[in-house]
Amino acid sequence: MLKEFESHDNNTDEKVDMGNLVQFLSFALGKEEYGVAILRVQEIRSWEPVSRIPNVPEYEKGVVNLRGAIVPIIDLRERFNLGRIEYTPLTVVVVLQTGTGNKMRIMGVVVDSVSDVVNVDKTKIQKAPDFGTKVSTEFISGLVSLNDRMVMLLDVDKLLDIDEEKADEN
Amino acid sequence: MSIDMAQFHQVFFEECFEGLEAMESGLLNLDMGDIDSEIINVIFRGAHSIKGGSGTFGFTSVSEFTHIMETLLDEMRDGRRKVTQSAVNVLLGSVDCLREMVTAIQGDSAVDESRVSEHKKALEIELNGSASTAESTQAPAPVKAAVVAKPAAPEFETISEGWSIAFTPYLDILKTGNDPVRLFRELAELGELTTTANIHDIPDFYELDPEECHIAWDLKLLGTATEEEVSEIFDWVKGDCELEFSEILLKILKPQEALPDTSEQIPEPEIVLAQLAPATVAAISASEPVARQTEESKVAGVKPSSSIRVDTSKIDTLINMVGELVITQSMLSLIGEHFTMNKLGQLKSGLSQLERHTRELQQSVMNIRMLPISFVFSRFPRLVHDISTKLEKKIELKLVGENTEVDKAVVELINDPLVHLIRNSLDHGIEMPDIRRAAGKSETGLIELKAYHRGGHIVIEITDDGHGLNRDKLVKKAIEKGLVDANANLSDKQAYELIFMPGFSTAEQLTDISGRGVGMDVVRKNIQALGGNIEIISELGKGTTFAIHLPLTLAILDGQSVAVGDETYIVPLVSIIESINISEKMLNRIVGKGETFRLRSEYLPIIRMHEIFNVKSVKASKMAEGTIVVVEGQGVRCGLFVDELRGQQQVVIKSLEANYRRVEGISGATILGDGSVALILDIPGLVRLSNR
Amino acid sequence: MASILAVDDSASMRKMVSLTLKGAGYDVEEAEDGVDALNKAQLRQFDCIVTDVNMPNKDGITLIKELRELPNYKFVPMLMLTTESGIEKKQAGKDAGATGWMVKPFNPDQLLKTLTKVLG
Repeated sequence: MLKEFESHDNNTDEKVDMGNLVQFLSFALGKEEYGVAILRVQEIRSWEPVSRIPNVPEYEKGVVNLRGAIVPIIDLRERFNLGRIEYTPLTVVVVLQTGTGNKMRIMGVVVDSVSDVVNVDKTKIQKAPDFGTKVSTEFISGLVSLNDRMVMLLDVDKLLDIDEEKADEN
Repeated sequence: MSIDMAQFHQVFFEECFEGLEAMESGLLNLDMGDIDSEIINVIFRGAHSIKGGSGTFGFTSVSEFTHIMETLLDEMRDGRRKVTQSAVNVLLGSVDCLREMVTAIQGDSAVDESRVSEHKKALEIELNGSASTAESTQAPAPVKAAVVAKPAAPEFETISEGWSIAFTPYLDILKTGNDPVRLFRELAELGELTTTANIHDIPDFYELDPEECHIAWDLKLLGTATEEEVSEIFDWVKGDCELEFSEILLKILKPQEALPDTSEQIPEPEIVLAQLAPATVAAISASEPVARQTEESKVAGVKPSSSIRVDTSKIDTLINMVGELVITQSMLSLIGEHFTMNKLGQLKSGLSQLERHTRELQQSVMNIRMLPISFVFSRFPRLVHDISTKLEKKIELKLVGENTEVDKAVVELINDPLVHLIRNSLDHGIEMPDIRRAAGKSETGLIELKAYHRGGHIVIEITDDGHGLNRDKLVKKAIEKGLVDANANLSDKQAYELIFMPGFSTAEQLTDISGRGVGMDVVRKNIQALGGNIEIISELGKGTTFAIHLPLTLAILDGQSVAVGDETYIVPLVSIIESINISEKMLNRIVGKGETFRLRSEYLPIIRMHEIFNVKSVKASKMAEGTIVVVEGQGVRCGLFVDELRGQQQVVIKSLEANYRRVEGISGATILGDGSVALILDIPGLVRLSNR
Repeated sequence: MASILAVDDSASMRKMVSLTLKGAGYDVEEAEDGVDALNKAQLRQFDCIVTDVNMPNKDGITLIKELRELPNYKFVPMLMLTTESGIEKKQAGKDAGATGWMVKPFNPDQLLKTLTKVLG
């Protein structure tokens, strides 16, 4: 179920070079706000029951049928150790495209709720500090300040930790 | 208007490969003692076709090379040349060389010129008894005989005004589709044409046969056309008419320029084939056809390609099916429009029709990917021929069921395992002729490669009448290598399957023929990766059969649905032996094997699915409450303990790895009718899981 | 425009001939050997036949001979495509009733010129 979003400019009082703008989809996990590059967002769905996959990490909840493709669903709260919550009909799954070239995959991440599509000035993105955030820096590609909120921009490719070599092994 | 010929190139290359295969197959099948003229014709046509096409599309090197082959073959098919084994060998080598040339051209890489000229030389030697030194082959080109010019007489100059042509067609000229009017039209393009018809030979109306030509013409063509050009127009009708040319000459006094006087007799424009010049220097000693380096390069594997040639009849069937489906759909849509309960019967029958059509459509679509297994088998006559020659063994290959169709992916992936198995039979199975004789067998060993469909599967059997497997030797070797316990009591079948264990191959088996590092374990793995299995039947002294079972298509699986708690899993039907229900009493605990139960003469380990898959919602805790599904994978048997069996169905296999990861014990996933995802079990993986 | 039946067991040659002729506005059908050609020629009247000589199942010369026996193909122009330039083959063709021949390799322009010659 897709929702429509309005674009919000972050710093309307400052002049922004349009060439430096990148768009992110921001969403909430607990009290924190996160963002993923909009180009990686395929669609947004509500939570559906998944089929469990045995012997995989807890945060990999299982797989669903997305128009004929088998797509894994990851709970980001559990991935980031932010504590579990019950899923409700309002729980949202953001379907992302990860990887590049011929290693592209699709996966869904469970989030608390989705906020907006935000325009971010590329030059204003800071590197993640080594401490102080709940989420490990390996997943964060940068931090940005939006209207006094701090949004942590996620590196989508790191979310699904597939050890490629292990996967190819017998 | 120019057409881009490059668009035809790919098709031409494919045709070349097909033609080369046909030639190779024909050459291998030639029996020196009894030459089958039809086979020679097939081989000739192959060369002829490639020559023609390559000339047309500008691949001169190919057409030149093929021209020599064609000349050789032409003489053979006409009976002007005896078919000898040496000629056949040279031609076989040329086929290889040609194949490499075409591959190189297709892949835009460099052609190995030295190899080409080597084979050319060998061909020429066959053809002429010796090789020519100079660049002797030329592609046949239309050569017009030159007009011989004579110096004009100094006193008078004659200028040609044109031609006077007496054209008397024979009666039947029209019956070759030639039309005098058309000829005149062409002539008129060369200059100013006047035609005078001579009609006095036309019979009475009632005697007139309108299909015959009774008119003759006197033609006058003024202009600068040469006799050649004029004559050329009549090329096609030369045998069907009387034709006389005389030049209309004007004599004038002009002392200076010498005008070329046309000679009296101009030879007919002829197409001349460049002849191979016989060697003028001392004959180069005939070189042996090049010894083959590695088998690998010669026996080209089946290249996986992303396109497929499909019989148009299959496409037509598909179109029909889709048509039916559309009709059924509109019918259902109509019923649904103003649905009332009394239409329920119609709805039901419509739905069952839909189910039928969908199934048929699925079948047809799968069928499109099916190719006859001859695509794979065709490589082997050559392989057997070459290796048996090298090993100095006499071996005959028999192919049965080449038309059996298999999925394209199977064709591409089964090639390597088959090559290995056949090499194995050649190297280790079939004995040397003297040993065979001593054993009372015919000197010529037989390898039979057979393919057939059985119950939703394709079976490929490789049978040799060699010395069979020696189970005691195998067991001994396995014990030596520590692969098997010294006290293990193995059945014959289990003994044979030892050869599939990794590390079983010994030094004596690692010959150049069998290849290094490609053990039987890899063969079995490859076959299992295709969803199939391989079994061995053997009798010491008599021979061995390797039987490969493969699913007909790779995308669809016959599955048994089982429930474990809230989860549904699919067990591939091909791996299920039976399903039974046992009680706790029948369980045994065996050290090192865990829980087992006895099934006839075997003790099979039990895998409690909810344990290895961590299914909390499992219902059955005691044996009696659930069911044991006895399965087999990779030679190992076990019993899967599940809550209950659900239905059997065909499922479409979806990849888990495309978007996710590989999961041990799971080979893929499928989408059930209710849209949910069910995981397909991988038996060997489950066994591994339970062993940990 | 005129209709032509192009006969050759080599698909690439067939395609080349067919596309060349279609490009010039001819209505072209293809056949892959003499048997196929004979069938097609009887299902439909063609204005011209262009055929290869060496083909399996029925070669070009036999095809022409058999077509000439059909009343509606008595006078239809029939061209042989051949790499063989020996006198015997050409004569055999003529004896069978061929209108003329074209020697391979030829380029598309030559093909069109010849057909214009024959069909006008």
